[in-house]
Amino acid sequence: MKILTNPSAGVDTTMMLVFVVAVLTMPFWLTLIGAGYPDLMQKFVIFGLFATGFNILFGLTGYLSFGHAAFLGIGSYTAVWSFKLLGMNPIPAAIFAVAVSGVFALVIGFISLRRSGIYFSILTLAFAQMCYALAYSVLTPITNGETGLRVIGDDPRILDGIITSGVNPSTPTVNLFGLDLTQTWVWNGYYFNAGFYFCAIILIIGSYIAMRIFRSPFGLMLKAVKTNQNRLNYTGVNTKPYTLAAFVISGMYAGLAGALLCITDPLAGAERMQWTASGEVVLMVILGGMGTLMGPMLGAGIIKFAEQKFSTWGKTELHEFFAFIPDGIRDTVVSVASLFVGSGWHLTLGLVFMLIVIYLPGGIVEGGRRILMWASGSNRRNRKLQAAAQAAE
Amino acid sequence: MDAIILQILNGLEKGGAYALIALGLTLIFGTLGVVNFAHGALFMLGAFCAVVMRALLTMEVATGEVESTAWGTEIAVTTPYVTNLFGDFGNTMIDWAVPLSILLTVPVMLFVGWAMERGLIRHFYKRPHAEQILVTFGLAIVLAELVKAVFGANPIPVPEPAALGGMMDFGALFGSEPDKITYPMWRFVYFLFSATIIIIVFMFLKFTTFGMVVRAGMEDRETVGLLGIDIGKKFTFMFAVSAAIAGLAGAMYTPIISPNYNIGMEFLVLSFVVVVVGGMGSLGGAVAAGFMLGLLQSFAAMNEVKEILPGIDQIIIYLVAIIVLLVRPRGLMGRKGVMET
Repeated sequence: MKILTNPSAGVDTTMMLVFVVAVLTMPFWLTLIGAGYPDLMQKFVIFGLFATGFNILFGLTGYLSFGHAAFLGIGSYTAVWSFKLLGMNPIPAAIFAVAVSGVFALVIGFISLRRSGIYFSILTLAFAQMCYALAYSVLTPITNGETGLRVIGDDPRILDGIITSGVNPSTPTVNLFGLDLTQTWVWNGYYFNAGFYFCAIILIIGSYIAMRIFRSPFGLMLKAVKTNQNRLNYTGVNTKPYTLAAFVISGMYAGLAGALLCITDPLAGAERMQWTASGEVVLMVILGGMGTLMGPMLGAGIIKFAEQKFSTWGKTELHEFFAFIPDGIRDTVVSVASLFVGSGWHLTLGLVFMLIVIYLPGGIVEGGRRILMWASGSNRRNRKLQAAAQAAE
Repeated sequence: MDAIILQILNGLEKGGAYALIALGLTLIFGTLGVVNFAHGALFMLGAFCAVVMRALLTMEVATGEVESTAWGTEIAVTTPYVTNLFGDFGNTMIDWAVPLSILLTVPVMLFVGWAMERGLIRHFYKRPHAEQILVTFGLAIVLAELVKAVFGANPIPVPEPAALGGMMDFGALFGSEPDKITYPMWRFVYFLFSATIIIIVFMFLKFTTFGMVVRAGMEDRETVGLLGIDIGKKFTFMFAVSAAIAGLAGAMYTPIISPNYNIGMEFLVLSFVVVVVGGMGSLGGAVAAGFMLGLLQSFAAMNEVKEILPGIDQIIIYLVAIIVLLVRPRGLMGRKGVMET
């Protein structure tokens, strides 16, 4: 029997410190692997936040939602409306996005959580598709349909409209009490973007909260739901409030991520809510490792990094990459490999995802753990101990 | 009244496609207990079988003659191989490429289904439903991307046979004024085709020994196995049959929607809803729910309805699914106890 326990507080503090340093120094080490662009780094942290939130629901309780992109979209729309009505400050935008997506998550979760398993997946999928279809058709006055909702010059913006109206009326940019968040400083070839640091700080706060949830009695209860919900019910525990809370929290994370997406580009479109977007976050969590703290962020980073790298590669890059192969064979190798890059990079993604689900359901984190165990020999030692224990019996 | 008849026809055609895909999905679930998210991709593969068939039939060879175009450039005159071989009959074959593609679709899809079950799905019987969903979801992406790599991302138009194209005068059939209720003929043919396939599948399951064994296996796999029947083999065959049904649905649908690599995903979501509404593992439920949702969808698209409830045409299917799942979780005709929680 597996006993649900938590690692000691010291391990967590170290892990959190390493994580904070890693996130804040991202412009340095990401430039080394060629991903140090402000846009890309923002995507890393935003989708990391989205995946972290999704993991609270999927990783802890095992409920597979196929509709979380709806909350991402709702967060984006709310944030843009906040920009339009209140002003270009991201803090009220984020607060409203979290609140509104939380309300939606409460309603959708309350209904969907009456079922579990595949029915839950289909219910959430149905709700998300409804949101998507409505955003495209009837709700056009609110969502601006296919064109997408964006901030324009003559919006009221009651908080800062008067100050900035004369300056740059056509394309107002998001600013944090006067600090322009689209601003980028360059130093020795490293890019430091204000918006990235804003998102990074929110990611750090978000993952700290996620860690606290993982380690709390509430988190243990969620893990118990995943392990055996029937047994909990027999013990007299009503699991619904716990799962609903997890659903709402993960919906809020998604809404917050949606709001942050609007920082560089204050534009919200309905395609953000399509079910393929919900599928993407599932891919991220599975790839990184569901139910682990750092896995989802890792998965989000890898998918966004690979998307950036692979989708821009063409035949010339492949020829350089395979330069070590003799000329005769190289052309064949390149033409085969070119199937997997450029516009075909989703093929790579699908294949990798299938391999992970088949051979490594615990994701990259699980793989790393196995390698560590193998390297340190603790696996062999454990097996020896087990064998000894069996022999003793 | 005329509008209502038109919407009924529309609903039957749409419902036919939903019912065929859902029938395969629920057959797989009922026999193997697997939730197959790649079923939409099988529909898409079937559609591309029709594309391939037409491409094969229209393969051309230069006759050796040269003619000049209006701009004066000279181009070689080409004729299709089949015209050279069979003369006028060859031209008819090209015209009937879509119905002929059934000959290609069935063996190809049977093989694809068999390979999928043996190569991938059978390793997932014992694993949780969430992992089955995930792995088949990955497979759906891979299949769609492979098709995109071969055929490109643009929709490829495939025309219906000239004899079955054009409009059909429904009013005249029922003795009312001619030219009042007209409807594209191929869409009606599609409905008849899907009804035929559904009847064949039901008769196969009802009246053949093989079908009887499969039904018995759906009831109680263990006991059938204990009686000395290799039920796994029969179920593998049923998986291949389900793939072939989805493929046929796709191949015949090509004149209605020009297929591109993404068409499967669009149908998948809808047909999953259909299966859930009908009841997981219930064949009759899948067919009934398929036609019901098709009809509901086309009625919701009527202007009179849209005036009262704007946007209802976009969400009606999901709305019905949510209500059914909450009120009657086993679906309309699902058996008690099958994945009811």
